[in-house]
Amino acid sequence: MSHEVNRRQFLLSSAAVAAGLALPSAPLFAQGARKVRVGLMLPYTGTYAALGNAITNGFKLAVEQGGGKLGGSEVEYFTVDDESDAAKAPENANKLIKRDNVDVLVGTVHSGVALAMARVARETKSLLIVPNAGADEITGPLCAPNIFRTSFSAWQPAYAMGNVMAERKHKNVVTLSWKYSFGEQSVAGFKEAFEKAGGKVVKELYLPFPNVEFQPYLTEIAALKPDAVFVFFAGGGAVKFVKDYAAAGLKSTIPLYGSGFLTDGTLEAQGDAAEGLLTTLHYADGLDIPKDKEFRAAYASAFKMQPDVYAVQGYDAAQLFAAGLAAVKGDVGKRDELVKAMESATIDSPRGKFTLSKAHNPVQDIYLRKVEGKENKVVAVAAKALADPARGCRM
Amino acid sequence: MDLTTFLIQLLNALQYGLLLFLVASGLTLIFGIMGIINLAHGSFYMMGAYMAFALTSATGNLFVAILLGIALSALIGFLLEWGLFSRLYKRDHLDQVLLTYGLILVFEEIRSMIVGDDVHGVRIPEMLSASIQLSETLSYPVYRLFMSAVCIVLAVLMYWLIRHTRLGMMIRAGSSNREMVQSLGINIDLIYRLVFALGVTLAAFAGMLAAPVSSVYPGMGNQVLIICFVVVVIGGVGSVWGALVAALLIGLADTFGKVIIPDYAGLTVYLLMAAVLLWRPEGIFRRI
Repeated sequence: MSHEVNRRQFLLSSAAVAAGLALPSAPLFAQGARKVRVGLMLPYTGTYAALGNAITNGFKLAVEQGGGKLGGSEVEYFTVDDESDAAKAPENANKLIKRDNVDVLVGTVHSGVALAMARVARETKSLLIVPNAGADEITGPLCAPNIFRTSFSAWQPAYAMGNVMAERKHKNVVTLSWKYSFGEQSVAGFKEAFEKAGGKVVKELYLPFPNVEFQPYLTEIAALKPDAVFVFFAGGGAVKFVKDYAAAGLKSTIPLYGSGFLTDGTLEAQGDAAEGLLTTLHYADGLDIPKDKEFRAAYASAFKMQPDVYAVQGYDAAQLFAAGLAAVKGDVGKRDELVKAMESATIDSPRGKFTLSKAHNPVQDIYLRKVEGKENKVVAVAAKALADPARGCRM
Repeated sequence: MDLTTFLIQLLNALQYGLLLFLVASGLTLIFGIMGIINLAHGSFYMMGAYMAFALTSATGNLFVAILLGIALSALIGFLLEWGLFSRLYKRDHLDQVLLTYGLILVFEEIRSMIVGDDVHGVRIPEMLSASIQLSETLSYPVYRLFMSAVCIVLAVLMYWLIRHTRLGMMIRAGSSNREMVQSLGINIDLIYRLVFALGVTLAAFAGMLAAPVSSVYPGMGNQVLIICFVVVVIGGVGSVWGALVAALLIGLADTFGKVIIPDYAGLTVYLLMAAVLLWRPEGIFRRI
């Protein structure tokens, strides 16, 4: 009896092994019709889940608009929830690269996770497209021929704001941010432009991440009486800061400026406290760009919600990869040609057309936006075709 | 730092300290007095904040929302104790850690399913939305002062309940010898159920009261969890006064740490904790 069962189990398991072996080799027999394997490594749970979903939606919209194809090739998705956990990042990335054998890795939101992914991509020579994480290093010291970014570097919006604030005749400015690399990089970018234009950063204030007890800093700002304040905050911290700043009565006397994430996806919660704030980012509401209008309409009808900057970045990640695929007719084995086509592509993005820098970061317009109601309305172009300096990149 | 700035910073420190006491008060009951290691304390806090958001949107009034939220969270606390925690009193602390850690994940997931992952704000009620001008550039929101006043009232009420009522006496007796109290004919199971429900309600109440100034966002509970344990441990596990004194000390250390040694601001609270525990391993106030 037990012997019988064992034999049956053996047969079953060997059949399973055979099936398992057969799967990866199947494409060998169907070389021409091979699907392109896209690995999406994004946050689908936790704080950044909404961002991960927006990026995924954007990516899939671009594929749908190509008739289910990307640069002429059919697409197969492999998805991993990165949980915004940097400790699990190398394992997750390797799962997609080694087990699922993906042709391109797309991810992610959290900078710590993206840095780990960039390291894995460098080691394994896998193609990586970063659709959000803004850490300067990704297209700086960690840059590589196989690593691309369709979003921005922390430096870009902050640098643009440095010029804007100098033009607005602010002389003495206090900066405030969380003490972590993204905040410090933003402040550094701002300071570089602002001091070059003749302004002076009188004090750089930092608070430990993710502390949101701002009151001591607001008191200090009130005592220092600078001409203006530049901050980097995002998410829940941004909501609380903007409200606290207004409640402390500082908004009317000491103007507040910030990198765009201060008021992106947070306006509903910030209410009146955010009205009139000026921020800089590579995307805005009310852009007079036909592609943007078309994108917003298509996105809204496909997903029953309005797109945001993250959806744009996901959409452009797909467009960038499509440009490469089209050049090699779906044959991802021709890596050099693929990369060359991606490098030289002009992406027709909803944010406006952009190209890539030598370090593979977008050379893009940074917009000055003003909060009006629930929108970040474009006011002007703060910096035209701004390229990240890519410090530390050798390629 | 001139005198005015110093005084305002002192006010900031006191106000933050009182808020910390409020947030940690539920943990003082559940961890301090009942002895349950409750990692889900932050989740109860988050639950309260989200209740404030959802119920204020529905009813249009924060105070009505808070009253409804108190009833709801007391019920949830009662059911949790009845269904889960009452089975763990005789078990190892590790089992409690496991259960309450699991609850964190469950609460986060429920929050994600019901309300989503967006950041939300709660409007400060009209009658408390004014500000008081402190210096020529800085004003102080009345709502923060209101919060401080509520915290003080709460501290006095809690102290009175634990030290000077019959119920408090039974709770204290139960925490030192459960079987003995039971054999005296007191329904200790029911008392514990009530105290646990009260602890959950306090945590949720803190979340509701703080929601207009802290905003409402995913993972907000985890941010307060550690500092709450620090408050209870520094104060002396089980002591209401201890928790209040500890919270005020932490408020001072945190605020002036940020002003005087900004580069190490993240450390000051934990240095304070290390120093207190070296000086008095059982916390500032011994167990009541």
